[in-house]
Amino acid sequence: MSDMVLSIQNLKVDLPVWSDRAHAVDDVSISVREKEILCIVGESGSGKSIMAKSILRLLPEPHVRVSGGSIMFEGNDLLDVADEHMRFVRGGRISMIFQEPMAALNPLMRIGRQIDEIIEVHTSLTASKRREKVIALFDDVRLPEPERILTSYPHELSGGQRQRVMIAMALALEPALIIADEPTTALDVTTQAQILHLMKDIQRRHGTSILFITHDFGVVAEIADRVAVMRYGKLVETGTVNEVLSSPTQDYTKALVAAVPSMTPRHRPSERPENSILVINNLVKTYAARGGVFGGKSKAVHAVAGVSLKVPNGHSLALVGESGSGKSTLARCIVGLEQSNSGEILLDDINIAGLSRTELRPYRNTVQMVFQDPFSSLNPRQKVGDIISLGPMLKGTKKDKAWEDARDLLCLVGLDPKAVERYPHEFSGGQRQRIGIARAIAMKPKLIIADEPVSALDVSVQKQVLELLDDLRKSLSLSMLFITHDLRVAAHVCEEIVVMRNGVLVEQGATANIFSNPQHEYTKALLAAVPGEGWQQRS
Amino acid sequence: MKTFWQRFLTNPRVVCGLIWLGLVTILAIFAPLLAPSDPFAIVAEPFKTPFSEYVFGTDSLGRDMWAGLVHGARTSLLIALIATVSAVAFGTMVGGIAGYYGGFIDDILMRMTEFFQTIPSFIFAIVLVAILTPSATSIIIAIAIVSWPPIARIVRGEVLSVKGREFVQAAIIAGQSDSGILLKQVLPNTLSPLIVTGSLLVATAILVESALSFLGLGAPNLMSWGFMVGSGRSFLRDAWWLVAIPGVAILLTVLSINLVGEGLNDALNPRLRDL
Repeated sequence: MSDMVLSIQNLKVDLPVWSDRAHAVDDVSISVREKEILCIVGESGSGKSIMAKSILRLLPEPHVRVSGGSIMFEGNDLLDVADEHMRFVRGGRISMIFQEPMAALNPLMRIGRQIDEIIEVHTSLTASKRREKVIALFDDVRLPEPERILTSYPHELSGGQRQRVMIAMALALEPALIIADEPTTALDVTTQAQILHLMKDIQRRHGTSILFITHDFGVVAEIADRVAVMRYGKLVETGTVNEVLSSPTQDYTKALVAAVPSMTPRHRPSERPENSILVINNLVKTYAARGGVFGGKSKAVHAVAGVSLKVPNGHSLALVGESGSGKSTLARCIVGLEQSNSGEILLDDINIAGLSRTELRPYRNTVQMVFQDPFSSLNPRQKVGDIISLGPMLKGTKKDKAWEDARDLLCLVGLDPKAVERYPHEFSGGQRQRIGIARAIAMKPKLIIADEPVSALDVSVQKQVLELLDDLRKSLSLSMLFITHDLRVAAHVCEEIVVMRNGVLVEQGATANIFSNPQHEYTKALLAAVPGEGWQQRS
Repeated sequence: MKTFWQRFLTNPRVVCGLIWLGLVTILAIFAPLLAPSDPFAIVAEPFKTPFSEYVFGTDSLGRDMWAGLVHGARTSLLIALIATVSAVAFGTMVGGIAGYYGGFIDDILMRMTEFFQTIPSFIFAIVLVAILTPSATSIIIAIAIVSWPPIARIVRGEVLSVKGREFVQAAIIAGQSDSGILLKQVLPNTLSPLIVTGSLLVATAILVESALSFLGLGAPNLMSWGFMVGSGRSFLRDAWWLVAIPGVAILLTVLSINLVGEGLNDALNPRLRDL
């Protein structure tokens, strides 16, 4: 077949002996056609990234190595060619875009030089010609002020701009294939939407093929021509984007598609209770950058600039915003991890703003927190029982009783009560997040602050954890402040939404109203940026 | 994935090190039984060759070399272990407090640490022992004082990285006190580098103690390997065993500790080696 750009046949990649399975990639055959975007979708551990890396021979050998199959590209088997030829292929014929552009760029080299270097190595253009080409590339990826970017260092650019630079770099030598490994995962939704749009546009204009790796079906719906679904190193299903998204044949694909949080808010009773568990009035939190030993002017950063909101009793309020919006700082002020500068935090009508950690102790029962990263939120040196019973024991509960309660709590969050005797590393991300939730409710709080509790989890696990939070909220009549960057998740669990940007609230209202009739421009932009929006409304 | 003990005890270098250290420990513990006589007692004529009447011969004054070796093991291990434990305890305290509280306290404690670190450690130890008059206690104090700064720096670095993790925030929200968080949440997570550095510190302590004794700054009534090397040094041409026996003992012990320390490092941080 002549229209194949890349054809992978029966690829097998071995994992080291101590891993939980023998093959990272197990007998996978897929091909990328000319001028198409093939999305490889899979959850963490599916082998999708390892497969992409094996194409350019970037595996961490000798522990992870290809043990069989072939990767045909432009008439050669990339597994067999000499290193010399491989260098020509890398960058020249196949280029790669990584997830974290900050890590992929050299922080000590000006952007212009980094791209210039690639062209210099692979072509014989003169310096002035190369410079013209770099500027043309910057225009191509819609970078503003190309002259300024040429002489900038990576840290002077925003995340979106850095990813545009990476795309320009990938395009520099007009490769036949671009491999993009989760290129938008580290970006905010609105930036993600722009980058996806750009990649699609560039692919059309240059006729490049793209192998796009992602975990997000929303992104797939936005960008893919064809889709390959992977799980445990095996290929589950391939097909055109319409086939796979609207009529998947395999159970796993069906489950994955069903787990994507829907844009339609759940129907919820609309009456709002009179009393509020949490009332925030005009809260301000300013960070002063420390001047250091030699003084120097300190710069004030307004993380939260006068926010007022209410969490009604038994309600769930979503605080939605992109990175840098101040949403996490607000949460940290409420639980006393940060001291606010001014304003009130009324918890059960008592103002706790400005109290020290010791003064806050009597109120620890009222508000508890669920954290974002399940791998950092549990102490690896403590047993699960100790982790869950810490709060109650500090409140004076006897150890036997606290552990007994911990067993009950584990049952409540859907884990085996015997888990109290085990250590956190024995659990998966989703299970750890359940333990984190058990720890929060062990204090019998009235209010739970959940800071991006599902953003580190795979979609299928994400759905289960959201369901769990929702069930617990009903059965224990908890109130919740749910912090998220993802409107889809907010729609799933919350009655009301407030949208935050640059430290201030831009819009608040009932979830259904926000989705059907957003007022503020920024809310509209956020809604429009949700990947796969069109597909979701169709289905 | 193998457990820590499987990784640790299947490492041949660790096994070699442990065998020798076990032997030395037995010598040290049962010294009075294995060599009942005073190691300073003159038991025979000088310069008796090894494997004659006395296993390791006698020295220039006719003292039993075997008794010296056995009692010297006791001195070396005891002084090195106590000095290391003191240095680790003090360094952990300083580094833990500096890292956890940060800011002004951190600045003060770290400048103090740097002050001690910039003084050449062996010369500093000599001066300390000379001022305090040589004794087991003064040697332990001197070794501990020159050894704690690196421990403080390592612990501070670890604490800085651990205290940013979310489980520490969870403990704050649960209402745990600062000291509780530092002792129960943060410090247990700094253990692995601490164990490795601490074990290697024992080897350094043995060397410092031997060097001090060699220079005549050892405890006057304690037999020590360094003292034996020092007193046999002038007879190296005629009676090689006076220096060779205690010298080899120091060499093997320090080497074994290093092997075990490296083994601990490999077993505690397997990914560093494997990937």
